[in-house]
Amino acid sequence: MKSEIKGNVFKFGDNINTDIISPPQYIELTVEEASVHAMEGVDPTFTKRFQPGDIIVAGNNFGSGSSRETSPLALRYLGTGAVVAKYFARIFYRNSINIGLPLFECSETDKIDAGDVLRIDTANGIIYNETKSEEYKCSKIPDHIMSLIEDGGLVKRLEKMFGK
Amino acid sequence: MGKTMSEKILAKAAGKSEVFAGDIEWVDIDIAMTDDVLGPRIEIAEHMERIHDEVWDKEKLVIISDHYTPPATPKQAELVKYTRDWSKAHGIKHYYEYIGPCHQILAEKGFDLPGTVVFGTDSHTTTGGAFGTFSTGCGSTEMLGIILTGKTWVKVPETIQVIWNGTLPEGVMAKDISLATIGKIGHAGATYKAVEYQGETIRNLIMDERMAISNMAVEMGAKVGLIEPDETTVEYLRNAGVTKDLDMITSDSDAEYCETYTFDASALEPMVACPHAVDNVKPASQLADIEIQQVYIGSCTGGRLSDLRASADILRGRKVHPDVRLLVSPASQDIYIQASAEGILKDLAEAGAVIMAPTCGVCAGLHSGLIANGEACISTSNRNFLGRMGSSGSFVYLSSPATAAATALTGRITDPRQFLNQEV
Repeated sequence: MKSEIKGNVFKFGDNINTDIISPPQYIELTVEEASVHAMEGVDPTFTKRFQPGDIIVAGNNFGSGSSRETSPLALRYLGTGAVVAKYFARIFYRNSINIGLPLFECSETDKIDAGDVLRIDTANGIIYNETKSEEYKCSKIPDHIMSLIEDGGLVKRLEKMFGK
Repeated sequence: MGKTMSEKILAKAAGKSEVFAGDIEWVDIDIAMTDDVLGPRIEIAEHMERIHDEVWDKEKLVIISDHYTPPATPKQAELVKYTRDWSKAHGIKHYYEYIGPCHQILAEKGFDLPGTVVFGTDSHTTTGGAFGTFSTGCGSTEMLGIILTGKTWVKVPETIQVIWNGTLPEGVMAKDISLATIGKIGHAGATYKAVEYQGETIRNLIMDERMAISNMAVEMGAKVGLIEPDETTVEYLRNAGVTKDLDMITSDSDAEYCETYTFDASALEPMVACPHAVDNVKPASQLADIEIQQVYIGSCTGGRLSDLRASADILRGRKVHPDVRLLVSPASQDIYIQASAEGILKDLAEAGAVIMAPTCGVCAGLHSGLIANGEACISTSNRNFLGRMGSSGSFVYLSSPATAAATALTGRITDPRQFLNQEV
């Protein structure tokens, strides 16, 4: 069980909605093709610099808007290690866990800057900022949900469960 | 520290002695509900054919074709047929069609029980909260997991306490409580939280009215809109044919709430949610300049027997304004029969109403009464988003059945109290 997530921070503000995460003009492309355009409205070079395992940190209400699963799928395809925000839109939260993207709520994201290296203890709900030598409390993801995420989400879990 | 209803119901469903707000737990689902929109046709059937083509419990999955009934196009007819055929092929014990919006049917057939967990593929599944049921909406992928395993994961919500005290003035309805609460808390103010409605006003409401309140909890972003079960709940369920023991789970008196709002029902007046947001709520009395072309009395929010009675009390012996069309859709076949027996449907039709089939069609802008560019509709339903009931250039106002009926008489948004206790 992976109980720790570590990566570099890419920092965003409040209300990063699903149209910013996965711009609707690319919705007809495959997730792979569309993921190149993730976040381009607020950070045009984001996907050029983002590396698998990196962590997105944002303010309030991350993922508001559409119930489309294309938004968390795009972030997962890019290899996002985790998204940390003050709080998430409910449908985005559920979609993300169900497609295998870990999310953490943390009230102290203002203290985190782009380029910081974070280490997240998922079961205990602690974020270690290794760059700044700080610690923040965050929501926990219990092992039984981390295993769902590591299986690749709900559909993959069901396939595994029924031997397909 | 005491526990909220949500914490207690979810602890039971998770098989644990206690859970806390913020915990994520796997819970057993008592009843799963799906429909002809997000049901078998979206991915579910396809995934099941590949993964495992058996429903976890044929008694616990309720399927209701309600959005596309009666179908307006061959495509809609195909979707209903697909849902019906799939239900039959999978041995679903409880398949219903054409008899009304799913949330009303779940309630009438006794599927919403206190202390249980219900998940449905429709956002207004929060309606079941009126019975003290942890009842909420989900998407089709989650429903796939539930149909195959009978379980899903839930983040135990914090609870917002909403207290209504005082007696509702005549002409003011539960729908006005619902709109006033949403106007105060805002469209995202309860995101991922439970809302629990309490207080003497709520306790004095009949189940029809409680359902109108829980139904719209999702319009504040809430996961559930709970009301403590009591003797009113039990009486409704016994009349619905429920014989089993009921688990009357309620919040402890020292339960912890994240926020508390207190309202005075005796000071409430008829309220209207204006385009294009459900929290854009104003008193009806301030909107007398707004001209309305269509009035809709129906839906899982405002088409129950008490709603039809309140409408008929205003419309009886009067005539709908010549520039207005009034559409009435009883929220179920049973309500249709009762309203017919009471003479309500005749009274409404004589006033000029068109009596229609029980359906989600009008409210969701799918069929049976869409509105044109530039037109305005006042509706007893639950959502007034841009283009909800037809053209993206149209306008939807949400109100109580009494306000809708009064508006039908004048052609402008009207406080219904001017028509009460007045000789025709």
